[in-house]
Formats: sequence, C-alpha cells, structure tokens
Amino acid sequence: MSTAAAAVEAKNVSKIFGAGVGEVRALDNVSVTIRQNEFFTLLGPSGCGKTTLLRLIAGFEMPTEGSILLEGEEVAHLPPFKRPVNTVFQNYALFPHMSVAENIGFGLEMLGKPKTEVQQTVDAMLRLVRMEELKHRKTSQISGGQQQRVALARALAPRPKVLLLDEPLSALDYKLRKDMQLELKRMQHETGITFIFVTHDQEEALTMSDRIAVMSQGNILQIGSPDEIYERPADRFVADFIGETNFIEAEVIERIGEDGRIRLPSGVAVSHKLASNAGVGSRVTLAIRPERIDLVRADGETHLKGKVDNIVYFGTDTTFHVGLDSGQSVTVRVQNRRGHQEILQVGDVVGLTIAPEAMQILRD
Amino acid sequence: MAISGTQSQRGGTHVSAAEAAAAFERRETRTRWLLSAPALITLAVASIGPLLIVLVYSFLQKNPNGGVFWQFSTDAWFNVILQRDIFDDTLQFADAHLSIFWRSVKLSMGTTVLALIFGFPTAYFIATRPERTRELWLFLITIPFWTNLLIRTFAIQEVIRNEGIVNSLLLWVGIIDAPIQMMFTDFAIMMGMLYVFLPLMVLPLYASMEKLDFRLVEAGYDLYATRLQVLRRVIIPLVKPGIIAGSILVFIPSLGAYVTPRVLGGGKSLMLGNLIELQFGQGRNWPLGAALSMTLLCIVMVALLVYVRKTSRQGGAHG
Repeated sequence: MSTAAAAVEAKNVSKIFGAGVGEVRALDNVSVTIRQNEFFTLLGPSGCGKTTLLRLIAGFEMPTEGSILLEGEEVAHLPPFKRPVNTVFQNYALFPHMSVAENIGFGLEMLGKPKTEVQQTVDAMLRLVRMEELKHRKTSQISGGQQQRVALARALAPRPKVLLLDEPLSALDYKLRKDMQLELKRMQHETGITFIFVTHDQEEALTMSDRIAVMSQGNILQIGSPDEIYERPADRFVADFIGETNFIEAEVIERIGEDGRIRLPSGVAVSHKLASNAGVGSRVTLAIRPERIDLVRADGETHLKGKVDNIVYFGTDTTFHVGLDSGQSVTVRVQNRRGHQEILQVGDVVGLTIAPEAMQILRD
Repeated sequence: MAISGTQSQRGGTHVSAAEAAAAFERRETRTRWLLSAPALITLAVASIGPLLIVLVYSFLQKNPNGGVFWQFSTDAWFNVILQRDIFDDTLQFADAHLSIFWRSVKLSMGTTVLALIFGFPTAYFIATRPERTRELWLFLITIPFWTNLLIRTFAIQEVIRNEGIVNSLLLWVGIIDAPIQMMFTDFAIMMGMLYVFLPLMVLPLYASMEKLDFRLVEAGYDLYATRLQVLRRVIIPLVKPGIIAGSILVFIPSLGAYVTPRVLGGGKSLMLGNLIELQFGQGRNWPLGAALSMTLLCIVMVALLVYVRKTSRQGGAHG
C-alpha cells in the first residue's frame, strides 16, 4: 500500500471563470498530493477556492490549466459519472422523489449492479449510518441530521476511491455537528476510504483531519497536520485564520549561524532560531497563542508587562486582555482550575512570560 | 345580591366577547364573499350560463331552418353515436361521427407528443440560461400569441403548400422531383396545431424546470448516471407536474380546434370542432351540435380528472 500512488494529485491546477474584465482566477497554480486513506481538509474563508478544487476533483468543472490524477491516472477530461469519486453535497441534494433506500441505492443501480447486491449494500449502509428504521421514508420526511446521514450513505454506497465532502455539517446545529464530526471520523476509519473535506470552520478542521491545507485567494498557503498548522503557522494569514493569535513585532539584535537573539517591545531580549533572510536589525513578527502565555507578578522576571483591560469568563477558561506599554493589546487565556484562581482585577499590572518555543516567527 | 350581580355581569362580558368573536367571524365571511363576487359572477354569466343553454338545447327538437323547437327530445343525443339508415330505417353506429371523434383524439395526442418533444428541450434551454437572459427567451416564446390565429394558420399554409417555401427549397436543392403533398393532410393539421399550441407546452414546463434544483442533476452525474439516465431518473420525474400541465393545456384546445383543421386540413379532414360548427351552420341541427359540444366537454373533463388524480397522488407522496 505504501508504494501505491497518491489518492488524488493536483498538479499546477488553475481555474479561471469568465473572461476579459469579469475574469475570476478561482485557483492559481495549485499543487497538492492527498494520500490514500487520509482525512484531508481544505480549509479557508469563503471564496478561497476550496470548493472549486473539490468540484475539479469531482469533475463538475474542468481545470483551465494543470492536471488532476486519481490514483496516478489523469482524470481531468473525464465527466463526473466516469470518476470513482462521490460527493456529499452541502445541501445534501437528496432526490426528493425517491425513498431513503432508493437514494442510497441509486449509484449502485447506475453502475449496473444486480438487484440483490444493491439491496445488501443499501442495508449495510443503513446500518453504518444507523438509519435502518427510516429505510422507506421519503427524504422530505426526515430531519436535517438524518438527511445528512442519508447523503453520506448514498455517497459511500458505491465504495468510491475518494469521498468528497462539501461543507456537509454547516447546516446542522452545534450539538449535532459535534456528534457528526465524530461519526464522520468513525466512518472514515471503518470504510478506509480517502475523505476530502471542505470547510471554513477551523475547529472542525482541527478535530477531524489527518492533514489540512489552508487556502486563501486561490492559493494553498500551508499543508500540514492539525498541530503543525496550529503550533507552527507559516504566515500571518494561517496564524490569524486558525485559532486566536497575538502578533508581536520584534527586532533581531544578534545572529550566530541559525541562532540569534531578538528584542521584544518591552526591551527584553530572548534567544530564538532565525530564518536565513533575517539579518541583524531586521524586524520580525512573532505569533503567540493566547494559551501559551503565562500571567505572573509584574515585579518578577517577565517578557512583557501590561495592565489588565478586560476579563472575560468562558467556563473552561478565562481570557484576559492585557494592554502593553506600547499600546498593543495581548490576549491571554488561562484555564480555570480549582484552587488556581489568582484574584486579578481590571486595572492590575501584570507580567507575561512566554516559552521560547511558543514564539513562532512568521515568514513575510 | 351584590355577589350575584357581579357574577352575572362577569357572565355578561363573557357572552359579549363570544358575540364579538362571532360578529367578527361573520364580517370576515362576508368580506371573503364580496372579494370573490366578481370572479363568481363572471363565472356564472360567461361560463355556467352558456353551458346550461347548450345543455338545454341538446334536449330540444331541431328546427330545419335553424334554431330549435321548444319540445323535449333525446334525438340529438341518440344521433351522436347512432343513426337511422336512410333506406330501411335500421339503427347503425354513426361511423362518420365516431371516426371524427377518433381522428380528433388521435391528432390531439399526436400534437401533444410533438409539443412535448419540441417543448421539453426548449424549456430546458431557457431554464438553464443565466437569469438575465431568461426573460428575453420567454418573451420570444410568447411572440406568436401576438398575431391573429387565422393569419398564423395561413402563414403555415404558405410554408407547407405545394408551391410553398419547403417544397420550393427541396425542389431547388434537388432532393425531390415533385412537390410533397403536405397540405390537406393530418400532418398539416398537426403542424398547424403544434405551431399554435407550443407555447402552452413550453411555459408550464419552464415553470417547473425553473424550480428544479440543478444540484440534483449534479448529484445524478456524481452517482454514475449518464446524461440519458439523469434525464430519465432525475429530471423527468421532478418536472412531471409541468409535463402533465403542458400536455393538458395542449391536448384540450387541440381537441376543440376548429380554424386550423379547417384551413390546413381542407374539407376532408374534419375534427370535432368542425363537426360541431357544421351542425350550427349548414347542418341546421342545433340540438345535435349542442349534444356534440357536451360530448367534447365530457372527454375534456375525463382528461382533467385523470390529471387531477395523478397530480394529487404525487403531491401526497411528496409530503
């Protein structure tokens, strides 16, 4: 299996809609390799090109340039009904004139499978999505969450090589969405099918994916595992889009090989690994996650100092907005643990300490 | 005393509240009737009244000079399907009438099928245009409605007659040696009716296709259905109400068509409309004309009944 070709490979794919003045470049020379049995997420704000990339893989759109390989074979010219790929649509797109079972069996029927096999697979799929009792219902007679399951079962029934999911959870309410996230993960595990999941919800992406591609304006900015993306965002957009981040400007004051020292706005200098292009005197941006900052007494040894502007209680944790002397505001998140509450009040002066590995220097 | 007084007073307010509600209800009912009165009056004067007259006339005796004698008779109804032999007075089926009935149904069905074949792709084409241009296409579809029916029918005659455009063109190109006889055939009648009634097919078809969720079409392609399978398994079932409505709208006026078969079918190919006209004209048999009209009405009613039952069953299934 390890020597097998990638499940999906997009090579230098560009997609341009319209022409002339109204031309829109939805994808700009995008290349990505998605491995077998992977839960791969395309993450980005609306209009970033993630759905276009999905539709190119499904075959609903043809690339303007570049090629799309499915298990090593070029498919860019094939119509959707000739690609072993199925889609779970954003609005489910269930056939309203068919029952739940007929919807699920449609793909197999179109593939010309014998009736008994279709029946067996439909029953197995109904079990997989836990919908056995609703087999004969019309799709308009079941709830949104149930429609979602039917859409999933319908797309999985023909055992596609790759399953494409176009923001399938966006129409569900919070609780149901949480349940479905785990459910999807379970199904991907049970079926062993490669899932390509499109979402604009970073939390969804982080909890479900093996790897994530963060997209913006038709480009892929970073591909990596959830913790790579979260802990080591490559640039400002990724850092800002995934979770909450404090951006702090610093200056390089010393450099020996890869190692160097940078000066924080407070004047405190810390050691840090540097990129090759960051010479002495150049300015860099640090991305620091709010939960990686510790609040300490202001008279101790600190990296930054400031005054508490605002305290917001979230249940599991509390967020402090600390105004630095430079005028910048820094967000600090502290987990609420019993016996751990330091009584801090708005207006108190506090010190902030940050572990060196939590300071991520962004590329510009 | 004081207590009972309060009670009765309280009871009194209850009654008056109920009365007020009832009065409000009455006012509402009256408003509804008043609002629907114009439509009801029009229906009574222009539709039900004349129908009753025709029904009454069909049970009267014919006046050979036109009009009727006010004497009850079932002769006319009898003559719709039966006739007496002029020589030996034996009863026979009215072959002429029956064959005209049959021809009318046959040609109307043919026209409906043709309208469906031509109308379906047209409606699909319009429904898949960008929203801005759809209105223009719809507008073009309705252009034939602006011209008088008779003029349009003569225009068709100009196209298909022996010296007409089609034959001249084919002769000039050399595909045929002698003109093809198209005028005064069933083909000509169907052509004419198709031309006249096609918009009635396209418009309801378009209305239901416009509502069609084209993501379902994509879902069909995604699930390995070829273009033909998507058409048969997804599109046609979903636009069925439009297909049925369009078919009814073409079939019914085709059945009663009168000008088109008269002009394009010549004297030979009569349809029901012509047969009825004949009774009120040269035939001088108004009761028979009235009875034939009622028969036509019954055929139409049966067609409509089938339609209503079909669509209501579908509506129930859709939930």
